[in-house]
Amino acid sequence: MDISMIYYIVPSLIMFCCGIYGFVTRKNMIAMLISLELMLNAVDINFVVFNRYLFPGQLEGMFFTLFAIAIAAAETALAIAIIINLFRGSKNIDATEINKLKD
Amino acid sequence: MDYSQFLVMKQEIGLLAVFLLVFLFDTFMPRGRQGAVGMVGCILFAIFTAFGFCPSFTCGVTDAFSGMYNSSAAVVNIKNILNIGALIVMIQALRWADQEMTRIRRGEFYELLLVTLFGMYLMISARHFLLFVIGLETASLPLAAMVAFDKHRYESREAAVKYVLTAVFSSAIFLMGLSFVYGLAGTLYFDGIALALWGEGVNTLLIVALAFVIAGIGFKLSLVPFHLWTADVYQGAPTPVTSYLSVISKGAAAFAFLVILWQAFGQVYSQAWEWMLYALIILTITVGNLFAMRQRNIKRFLAFSSISQAGYIVLGVIAMNPMGMSALMYYVLVYIFSNLAAFGVIGAIENNSGKLWIDDYKGLYKTNPRLAFTMMLAMFSLAGIPPFAGFFSKFFIFTSAINQGSIAIYVLVLIALINTIISLYYYLLVVKAMFISQDDCVIPNFRSACSERLALWVCVAGIIFLGIVSCVYNHLLQVAA
Repeated sequence: MDISMIYYIVPSLIMFCCGIYGFVTRKNMIAMLISLELMLNAVDINFVVFNRYLFPGQLEGMFFTLFAIAIAAAETALAIAIIINLFRGSKNIDATEINKLKD
Repeated sequence: MDYSQFLVMKQEIGLLAVFLLVFLFDTFMPRGRQGAVGMVGCILFAIFTAFGFCPSFTCGVTDAFSGMYNSSAAVVNIKNILNIGALIVMIQALRWADQEMTRIRRGEFYELLLVTLFGMYLMISARHFLLFVIGLETASLPLAAMVAFDKHRYESREAAVKYVLTAVFSSAIFLMGLSFVYGLAGTLYFDGIALALWGEGVNTLLIVALAFVIAGIGFKLSLVPFHLWTADVYQGAPTPVTSYLSVISKGAAAFAFLVILWQAFGQVYSQAWEWMLYALIILTITVGNLFAMRQRNIKRFLAFSSISQAGYIVLGVIAMNPMGMSALMYYVLVYIFSNLAAFGVIGAIENNSGKLWIDDYKGLYKTNPRLAFTMMLAMFSLAGIPPFAGFFSKFFIFTSAINQGSIAIYVLVLIALINTIISLYYYLLVVKAMFISQDDCVIPNFRSACSERLALWVCVAGIIFLGIVSCVYNHLLQVAA
């Protein structure tokens, strides 16, 4: 049974757009971080699918995905640490309230 | 596997050695002697920087790991330029790191700084997108931690949150573009992509992919539609971190941008990305200038000034000739000296009186003539007034762009020139505040720390002599050709 590539690409693009939409509209910073994870995972799916369907002879896309997952984990860890640091000070992680820096 | 390949990465290995030594010193020294960690870091890094200029660094094999890593003469040179800048930042930070609040973790500042520099090295040397992405993240993640360094100060926390979220967002967009490039070309080697594009030509997917890639790097370079984080982060971050962000991180990203666009996408120059860069440059220079005029906080002011400077730097990318590469490197070198001179003065004043508004600088000439004079030199150099280095860097970057030859480039350079005149206005506003305006509560006279004065002297020497000593530019042109 053959599933054509488009059935993977379209969901991945929908995931990516949901990520952007969530990042722009969400107010809670943890939710923004989840949206960013959605975007990064959509990229991973893209790489794997392109590798599997278009260039089955090589592994470059797979390897890239492995590294991308590790990088995404590192990014999330750091972002969570920084958000917790913000929360400790101001008891608040609402993105609309974080607007003290202006002239 | 042939382990001798690692020898090509001399500079990375040297930097790693410096990092490890600083780290071990910071970890294992007894409490009483830990205060020397900044000084030790500066000395070790200065030795490493000096070694970078040895001729043996540039000869021999330049490729390693089947073309994934490249260390040609131009790459070695831009790394040396970044080393000089990082060294000045480290010296400037000595006094700040010794403050009561940051004293206990001052070693971490130097360690994080060296790690980000390592990431920038990888970014510059990468000839494969995997290595590039790893370098990009190694550079931007520790930078987020550095922005949050004053973790008890609200502004620093807010800036760090903004920086880390935009950094992750931009790298997600960049990676999405990369996945399309992979789908088109089937490889992530720069030369492999160029080869695949040569056979294939331009299609819509490629343009979308390129737009994503350029947007991703545009965030790092703070080009205009992607610049919104810049002012807040620059204002909130501790001053040494701001200076590091604005010169070193920007210079590395600009060079990597040039390498990617020329080597991987050089084939589709006029069809795909030339017009994207036109729009970006015009927007960046103009919007950066217009917003810089109405800033009253000096760090925000320099943030917008650095946005418009980034627009000039990208002119060297659009030139697409060896002269463009050398002009870009020269511009980054001069920009390092002039911007670090400005930030050095700001840091010295902030450490002594905590003042950060342009209005506070009124009458500075009366009380601190030397600092005011240094700031004036920095502003003149940033604006591009002739005897100083800033004029020559702008001159070379315009010349390289005009050498590309099309009518559109002439229009672009004309717009950039008009913007130079506009920028003169707001740079001179600072000079006017310092020299002409009178105020009741002037910043009192103070003697800045030894380290700060040393860094400022180096910057002033760079601003005055880099333009006059023409062999610097000739050397860079030779290297780029």
